[in-house]
Amino acid sequence: MANFIELKNVTKIFGTRKAQALQLLQRGIGKEEILKQTGATVGVNQVSLTVKQGELFVLMGLSGSGKSTLLRCLNRLVEPTSGLIRIDDTDILSLSKKDLLRFRQTKMAMVFQHFALLPHRTVVENVAFGLELQNVSKADRLRIAREKLSLVGLEEWADYYPEDLSGGMQQRVGLARALANDPDILLMDEAFSALDPLIREDMQTELLQLQHRLHKTVVFITHDLNEALRLGDRIALMKDGQIIQCGTPDDIVSNPANEYVARFVRGVDLTKVLVAADVMKRPSPLLRLKDGPRVALRTLRDAGLSSGFVIDDARTLQGIVSVDALVTAVAEKKLSVSECSLEDVTPVRKDTSLDALLHRIVHSKYPLPVVDDKARLEGLILKSSILEALTSQGGEADAAATSTR
Amino acid sequence: MLPQLPLDNWVNALVSWVYSALGPFCNLVSEFIKTIVTAITNEMTAIPWLVVLVVFSALAFLAGRWKLMIGTAIGLFLVYDLALWNDMMATLVLVILSAFVSVVIGLPIGIWSARSNRVYKLVAPLLDLMQTMPAFVYLVPVLIFFNIGLVPAIFATVVFAMPPVIRLTRLGILHVPTQLVEASRAFGASDRQLLWKVQIPLAMPSIKAGINQTIMLSLSMVVIASMIGAGGLGADVMSALQTINVGKGFEAGISIVILAVILDRISQKLGTGRMRRQTMGGNA
Repeated sequence: MANFIELKNVTKIFGTRKAQALQLLQRGIGKEEILKQTGATVGVNQVSLTVKQGELFVLMGLSGSGKSTLLRCLNRLVEPTSGLIRIDDTDILSLSKKDLLRFRQTKMAMVFQHFALLPHRTVVENVAFGLELQNVSKADRLRIAREKLSLVGLEEWADYYPEDLSGGMQQRVGLARALANDPDILLMDEAFSALDPLIREDMQTELLQLQHRLHKTVVFITHDLNEALRLGDRIALMKDGQIIQCGTPDDIVSNPANEYVARFVRGVDLTKVLVAADVMKRPSPLLRLKDGPRVALRTLRDAGLSSGFVIDDARTLQGIVSVDALVTAVAEKKLSVSECSLEDVTPVRKDTSLDALLHRIVHSKYPLPVVDDKARLEGLILKSSILEALTSQGGEADAAATSTR
Repeated sequence: MLPQLPLDNWVNALVSWVYSALGPFCNLVSEFIKTIVTAITNEMTAIPWLVVLVVFSALAFLAGRWKLMIGTAIGLFLVYDLALWNDMMATLVLVILSAFVSVVIGLPIGIWSARSNRVYKLVAPLLDLMQTMPAFVYLVPVLIFFNIGLVPAIFATVVFAMPPVIRLTRLGILHVPTQLVEASRAFGASDRQLLWKVQIPLAMPSIKAGINQTIMLSLSMVVIASMIGAGGLGADVMSALQTINVGKGFEAGISIVILAVILDRISQKLGTGRMRRQTMGGNA
């Protein structure tokens, strides 16, 4: 496949003494030093990269890394200070004002983090907005807009206003609006970052499905490595306006280019970060050795369980007793659980990493009991609690990665 | 001792020079406008009072349902009963005309000063001047140019009432969220498209507030306007003051207040709420 987007030494400097700052930058002087000497801020630092046709290219970095600025250089919402940008053999930076408008109208469309839908227009009018700017007739643009809305599953919402829709739906409208122009390139600026995790995953899936059908060239910005790994054909990692590493998701994870990337990647592997205590649930109900078998039986039935963990007075784990064993005990007129036949279980320690637990939890019939140093029962790990922890803590992993800066 | 700056002489010289150059032309304009305004006023006062009352009540119903409608009807009936109807109509024409001129001039200036900071830097002190300079200071030269009568009255009212339209139009446009402006640009909107399809519709609540303020300020100028020959309710207040007839003064005053409240509520409510979807949603 041909290179569709090509960037060479694209640099963006904010401030008044740009020329001087650019000279310093080309001599290899650092961002901080330039700020000190000239008061100019380097947004994007001599970035060169290529994106192939039909590729889903992810630009990843933390806030302030220059990824949004770089994205806006592509359609000149931000005017690069120097460098070369070619898209489909057009030199973007030499376009006249009129040609640039035409180019934005037809070649590329953008999806925004906070949707940026026009509140005074209905959903379908929002989707038709780009076509309206091209002076497409009203009937045509509304017909196309409805088509694109059905592509994202929102045709019934066409005549509502954006404020009537949930965040996820609004972003679908944003996506439909971008697709309405039938652009070659989609620029997505943290498009899913404002959505809650479950919706976000749905949207990622949907984007992948759409991409599978439409084969657009997508430049996707995110600060979330999980998202980048999931979506990207290739990923470029940015820091301080520079590209640190660019490669396939596998490359990035298995061969981090430097310590920064390695920390970023490590921060995201939750199974290595979390320990048993992080994901365990409060154990309930619990049976005591001295409980009578009838009481124990009722406790388990009330909770809808077929077996229960047994502890002694010091909360030390004794084993598991099944409903069958209890029924037998009642029939045999035994007086307490301690006289029943208990099944042995091997508990895990509180500080065991999740990584080491995964195999056991997958193959275990029961929840895993978690104990402290003195073998006292602290909690239980269910299969579902691990999944819950892995999905809900995605956001915190980002925070962890931030703190490694 | 420091020599005194002969600012007064300079201004006097300027005024007489402008008068000698433009005087006849100004007189012509003055006559022309006066003829038109008088014609409109005559037409308006010729309409039976009950028709006007019904029209206003209907507008009030659209703007604020029963409560406002009943209030409007009672208020207008009171004015009619006080035999101030024709004066009120004259004032109404003056106010609407002045507000109209203010908006026609103010809106483009507001838009322009929102788009260019340089323009705003030029306009801002002018607005301060228009709002704080005592009206009589610029009324006298205006009287020289246009003679006593309606035209200087409209001029004075426009000068005083225009600033809110300019300020609030500018503010409304500047407060359009930057991400919406950016999104429009990303889809290839030209400056003109951005203005008409995004900025003005979204600034509309603010622009309407500006228009409302302009109407109210126009009304507050009617007494001063009457001093330079505008007629209407202001003239009633003036003559009551001159004869120290407190009762008559109060009658004219309360009529002005009634007109003010009606215009305020109608111009305010018609601009918001229900209108949003009908007018703004439908313009795509």
